[in-house]
Amino acid sequence: MTVKKLGLRQRYEHMTRGLDWETTYQKMDDVFPYDSFEGIKIKDWSAWEDPFRLTMDTYWKFQAEKERKLYAVLDAFAQNNGQTNLSDGRYVNVVKLFLTGISPEEYQAHRGFAFTGRHLRGAGARVAAQMQSLDELRHLQTQVHTISHYNKFFDGISEFPHMHDRVWYLSVPKSFFDDARSAGPFEFMIAIGFAFEYLLTNLLFVPFMSGAAYNGDMSTVTFGFSAQSDESRHMTLGIEVIKFLLEQHPDNLPIVQKWVDKWFWRGHRLLGLVAMMMDYMLPKKVMSWKEAWDIYFVEAGGSLFQDLERYGLKMPKYADIATEEAEHISHQNWAVFYQYTHAAAFHTWMPDKEHLDWLSAKYPNTFDKYYRPRWELWAEMEKEGKRFYNMALPQLCQTCQIPMAYTEPGNPAAICFRATQFQGETYHFCSDGCKDIFDGEPEKYVQAWMPVQQIFQGNCGGATVPDVLAWYNMNAGADNMDYTGSPDEKIWKEWHPDADVARKAV
Amino acid sequence: MAQVASITLLQNDDARPIIEAILADNPGVRVLNMHGAVKLDCDHSITIRRASVEERLGRAWEPQEIQLVLVSMAGNLDEDDDHFTLSWRH
Ligand SMILES: [Fe+2]
Ligand SMILES: [Fe+2]
Ligand SMILES: [Zn+2]
Repeated sequence: MTVKKLGLRQRYEHMTRGLDWETTYQKMDDVFPYDSFEGIKIKDWSAWEDPFRLTMDTYWKFQAEKERKLYAVLDAFAQNNGQTNLSDGRYVNVVKLFLTGISPEEYQAHRGFAFTGRHLRGAGARVAAQMQSLDELRHLQTQVHTISHYNKFFDGISEFPHMHDRVWYLSVPKSFFDDARSAGPFEFMIAIGFAFEYLLTNLLFVPFMSGAAYNGDMSTVTFGFSAQSDESRHMTLGIEVIKFLLEQHPDNLPIVQKWVDKWFWRGHRLLGLVAMMMDYMLPKKVMSWKEAWDIYFVEAGGSLFQDLERYGLKMPKYADIATEEAEHISHQNWAVFYQYTHAAAFHTWMPDKEHLDWLSAKYPNTFDKYYRPRWELWAEMEKEGKRFYNMALPQLCQTCQIPMAYTEPGNPAAICFRATQFQGETYHFCSDGCKDIFDGEPEKYVQAWMPVQQIFQGNCGGATVPDVLAWYNMNAGADNMDYTGSPDEKIWKEWHPDADVARKAV
Repeated sequence: MAQVASITLLQNDDARPIIEAILADNPGVRVLNMHGAVKLDCDHSITIRRASVEERLGRAWEPQEIQLVLVSMAGNLDEDDDHFTLSWRH
């Protein structure tokens, strides 16, 4: 008798099912103590589906192949001094922001999925979460390896883990993941697996990474797309988890809807950093943030929520506001970093004429009216030797921890300002979205580590800017301030003596 | 608005036979070329047939191998030994 090769479905069944058991020495509820307090009801874990039907043996085989390809590119990039072939020295600042602000969150995702991979009761879901946990660790490692090459030549990179835990704007991504990881396992899955991976990471890893390729950074686009091949699996897990929860019990719907609303808004705020990277920090542009938003949120998110309607799930609350903000957010964030360049570990600049014209064309409704005149004024002030720095510490939103710089829906000339009283204290918010999140769990968010409040309380090395920068391990005069006059610019000009001429000529 | 099923693949030699198979098997597919990647969009559903890829590749190919060149996708996934399909049900 010949042995017939198993099909994909059967192989997956054999390798994932029937391997777990009902515990008898200990009660199941003691072995899995975290999967009930959130109120989620699961009747039948065996209904869980992994459409990729990936088993551990295949997983290792594919991941090894992806690593071999990635490291071949990294070697070639280093051997060819790829850093000298970038579009411009300014480009490296996106890599710095990526390593300090995004890579540490890969590690947080790794920890979070290790936790859910232990604490979900269903074996299929545990296997998928464990694979994702390993993927996320791989993402951190490949990003650190890739960017370590840039660290040999450019500033602002070497202290990334230290900075991640201390620097004011890095508390934005840090607190996002801290919030998700300190939630229960189901909320974590909706927060990271669904809202972040499915709805939002495309915006980071597809158009932005394509931008890295366009700007000559073959190493970053390679780790980016290599990570993104895992993301497709993560997105699938995200969509499966939401369908599974909604199919299991009607009582799950209001809980899931609340999480979708919350994590969509938190993700939208977090991705404002990416918006700024795309519109302001890539010397050669691929598409505007607004265009990327339309493709990946309006079109792709729209299709998805049409599909989920049959379960009663609605588009996230404030999705319309987020889409309105897509025409403002990159400009408003760049304005914040320009004003606080003395306290940021990457360089800033005012866009040149060609770049201003590109922004005017991409943002016909907003840029000329609200932002271009301010940029032109600031450029003028620079020329007169009066470069504008904001020396006051900003008020932060208690939820997203971003300085209160965003404007009112429908009125881009007024700062949006919301407040709540809780246990005799007043808390401030940048938006209705952030206020709603706080009001839903005030006991959680009053505990947030707020960078500005911590400075005022004397917990960040001292009361002056140099004290705080020293506490950040920020090398003042090299890591921070404008690109013009920086050591980064100096080394770039040594490699490209005629760079200035070329930049003006285009 | 029609729901768009979508797949994004690397722009390289490994992905090319898969891209060609998609173009041949999915009438009305729309192509967005990006630096380093290509996004293929189709209303409602988009499919990759094992036989079509093998024909172009000249060797045996399993749909799971798509993971080596996959960048992103949108739609509900149905994967089996002979196809990889993304679709919206409603
Ligand atoms: Fe990741
Ligand atoms: Fe991921
Ligand atoms: Zn906020």
